[in-house]
Amino acid sequence: MGMSRRDFLRGGALAAAGVALTGRPGEASADAPQTRIKGLKSSTTICPYCAVGCGLLVHTKDGKIVNIEGDPQHPINHGSLCSKGSSLFQVAVNENRLQKVMYRAPGSDKFEEKSWDWAMDRIALRLKETRDKNFKAKEINKKDNKEYVVNRTEGMAFFGGAGLDNEECYLWSKFSRAMGVGMLEHQARL
Amino acid sequence: MTNHWIDLKNSDAIFIIGCNPAENHPISFKWIEKAMDDGGKLIVADPRYTRSASKADIYAQLRPGTDIAFLGGMINYALQNNMIHEEYVREYTNAAFIINEKFNFQDGLFCSFDDQEKSYDLKSWAYENDAAGNPKRDMSMKDPRCVYQLLKKHYSRYDADMVCSITGTKKEDFLKVAKTFCATGRADKAGTILYAMGITQSTHGTQNVRAVAMLQMLLGNIGIAGGGVNALRGESNVQGSTDYGLLFNSLPGYLKLPEFANTDFKAYIEKYTPKTKDAKSANWWGNTPKYITSLLKAWYGDNATPENDFCYNYLPKWSSNYSYSKIIERMGKGEVEGLVCMGMNPAMGGPDSNSARGALDKLKWLVTVDLWQTETSIFWKRPGVNPKDIHTEVFMLPAASSVEKEGSISNSGRWAQWRYKAVEPVGESKSDLWIINQFFKRVQALYTKDKGVFPEPITKLAWNYGDGHEPDVHLVAKEINGYFTKDTTIVDKDKTLEFKKGDQVPMFKYLQADGSTTSGCWIYCGSYTKEGNQMARRDASDPTGLGLFPKWSWCWPLNRRIIYNRASVTPDGAPFNPKRPVIAWDALEKKWKGDVPDGPWPPMKDAKEGKYPFIMLAEGHGRLYALDMKDGPFPEHYEPMESPARNQLSKVQNNPLVKIPANISSDLVKFPLIGTTYRMTEHWQTGGMTRSLPWLVELVPDMFVEISESLAKQKGIKKGDKVKVTTERGAIEAVALVTSRLKPFNVDGKSVEQVGMPWHFGYSGLAKGDSANLLTPTVGCANTNIPEFKAFLCNIEKGGTKA
Repeated sequence: MGMSRRDFLRGGALAAAGVALTGRPGEASADAPQTRIKGLKSSTTICPYCAVGCGLLVHTKDGKIVNIEGDPQHPINHGSLCSKGSSLFQVAVNENRLQKVMYRAPGSDKFEEKSWDWAMDRIALRLKETRDKNFKAKEINKKDNKEYVVNRTEGMAFFGGAGLDNEECYLWSKFSRAMGVGMLEHQARL
Repeated sequence: MTNHWIDLKNSDAIFIIGCNPAENHPISFKWIEKAMDDGGKLIVADPRYTRSASKADIYAQLRPGTDIAFLGGMINYALQNNMIHEEYVREYTNAAFIINEKFNFQDGLFCSFDDQEKSYDLKSWAYENDAAGNPKRDMSMKDPRCVYQLLKKHYSRYDADMVCSITGTKKEDFLKVAKTFCATGRADKAGTILYAMGITQSTHGTQNVRAVAMLQMLLGNIGIAGGGVNALRGESNVQGSTDYGLLFNSLPGYLKLPEFANTDFKAYIEKYTPKTKDAKSANWWGNTPKYITSLLKAWYGDNATPENDFCYNYLPKWSSNYSYSKIIERMGKGEVEGLVCMGMNPAMGGPDSNSARGALDKLKWLVTVDLWQTETSIFWKRPGVNPKDIHTEVFMLPAASSVEKEGSISNSGRWAQWRYKAVEPVGESKSDLWIINQFFKRVQALYTKDKGVFPEPITKLAWNYGDGHEPDVHLVAKEINGYFTKDTTIVDKDKTLEFKKGDQVPMFKYLQADGSTTSGCWIYCGSYTKEGNQMARRDASDPTGLGLFPKWSWCWPLNRRIIYNRASVTPDGAPFNPKRPVIAWDALEKKWKGDVPDGPWPPMKDAKEGKYPFIMLAEGHGRLYALDMKDGPFPEHYEPMESPARNQLSKVQNNPLVKIPANISSDLVKFPLIGTTYRMTEHWQTGGMTRSLPWLVELVPDMFVEISESLAKQKGIKKGDKVKVTTERGAIEAVALVTSRLKPFNVDGKSVEQVGMPWHFGYSGLAKGDSANLLTPTVGCANTNIPEFKAFLCNIEKGGTKA
């Protein structure tokens, strides 16, 4: 489209100026002339791959993502991205993404589609059954033969969190411990 | 990281050991190259000539699992050649502390080893106290029982010849590394050490990290700009997930989950609140009662009162090791009914994946929450099994991606950065926040209606995040920060501060132990205040020019960009390096300038209020000699569990605290080669987030293994050939990549070849391939249990059929 890399970056920087102060979703700068992002909405995000924490701009039109690129104003990456970060668009727009709740019955050879309501009710039942059946209020310690309160369920394990947001990690921790789950672990142990 | 990414530009020497940032944290190289442009030296020690090594001024080849020998050799080099930062070592570390006379080290073992229990009595390594109960010190550091002398003696065994015979490094390369990096021991020079899983994934991983930290303390490199102990974290929010306590023995903010022996709140507080009699020690963990009380108030709200120990009894108490590998082991025995995986893929991510997959077969139910179908969610139809034989009920829930929801993540430099929702989640997928909320609300409804066993921890949980379709993430973030539960007056020195019930707590200094404050994670207190969401800030000003960017996002603790920064100044408060001052004491205004200091007190020398710089330790001094490591106060070299070599430093072959599991083999006839695993730019972790993206799949479509030209010749393997790699655990098929970037090691006079492989491939996704974790051993670090993925024994043969 007859545009040098420098022009392109300048356009990006101008567009970014539209979100620079807040980073919240807003109009990509209408002043950005002749760029492919004119008239698009823009918001900032942080890369979901490694923990460098590079900034990106997400451009949308009519509620759909049309472009994702490095945020030139971000002090860590100044708009640069690696091959993974540059591919974030394909995480958002990808036919392989899961779109439905899927269920596989014991012994079955296939998944079947289910509603959230159905699955969540059934999962809640499993969580409760397993917790109740395997709940240990007290146990005898083998070393001193004394009884201790432990209030813990041994029946289930909860894994994961390095891909969640902080607020999600927090609620995951809070929920896990309220359930009495001792076996809470995630990627940091690996 | 003690420091942060941009700060790498301030280094005079960057030492990369056990990581490969050019490959795995590519954008960090922007700042490494900036340092190099300004004259900084880049040093890389690695088993392979990596992308990072290709940019280095000095490259040293290092056999997998021998980092302590290498780092111990550098410690010895610094001590023997007087290259340490003496004032820093004497004043800020425990070098001058006297150790009790029972302490001893002989033939590879520290004193008090119990061969039956495979454990040490940590008390036998204690400091010697004076009459007042403070550790005795000899500021001349000449006492033979002071840490400095013990350290010198311990590492005198690690001379360059011994080190290189163990590590396989060329002596001239080792000496170049030691000389160049130890040159940063000067007050006006900064050296940083970057590491990742090459250091941690070892049966002595924690001691590897300690060796890094010790070298940095000796050189005066902690707390300063361009310095630090910098773990390069591999997942976008693994810093945050660790901060929020998603580990079996942890609560948010690095508080401890109670153990069975902490029978009530008082006992818990007693156990986890360190004490000191030294007025100069800030002993920050002395604030534990405030933080745990504020956490319990955030969790149990008005139900948490002083009378009921703030609902302390609702917390589960652990009594045996529930680390990841131990859970898989229990699962394999059929002792675990259910598993919920939030974006985690245990069919792939752990060691000895065949066993892990077999363990999943024993589950009664499994819930996976992910963007993709993963190897875990389809484990029941994996190659080689009949779904009919697997009776696990599986729920595969679709999760929203990072651009389809709002919230914060914390990078390796502890910057919590806010992300916005750009679009609605695809299809029927939902944010993890929504999913966790639904788990809780539906379970709570069941317990409210049907009762059940000990329902109170669930029915009484405070869970108030609005009435919307999903929880209001801002309300969650505010709860994490914390608020006052009643009108409160706080007198802080000459200021009197008035807070109303419901006000956000401005910083963790004001958290209370009486229930008048909440905070879901004390280290994040200050992240969401009356002034708003600090994590969303985008002011790119950099007043010091050091790249601190104090108004861009927010970092814990207290927006302090370089932690332990009180160690960057002399005891008088003057910067060791006036050209790159992190903080400096202004004696006229009586305050610190620069970064947020590690505590408000005046410089250490101030007779009334001065404090030591290592504020998280009861003795206030950095520990060259550790008191709480299970496997010794000093890192000592032991061989990896599977090793081609005998331990040349002592008769003790492996870390004596780690039990040798059944499927370990050091049979060099069957497995003569060193195997090691790693990551690459184009793929990520178990591949869920990359092997379904056409762009990335096109870049790297196949599972491959790397071997040297000499090994290829010996085995008749050509580039592109299918090969089979085997270990005691299993076999994989892959494409051979013959490269001059891998070379055999010269170990104890013998040549030993290596096989390198990424671990990103699996049986789900667009690009499929065998997982390297089918080969890796389930044996872990004595302190943390992180598996030894980096060093094992294997064999390779031409031809692709699996065993």
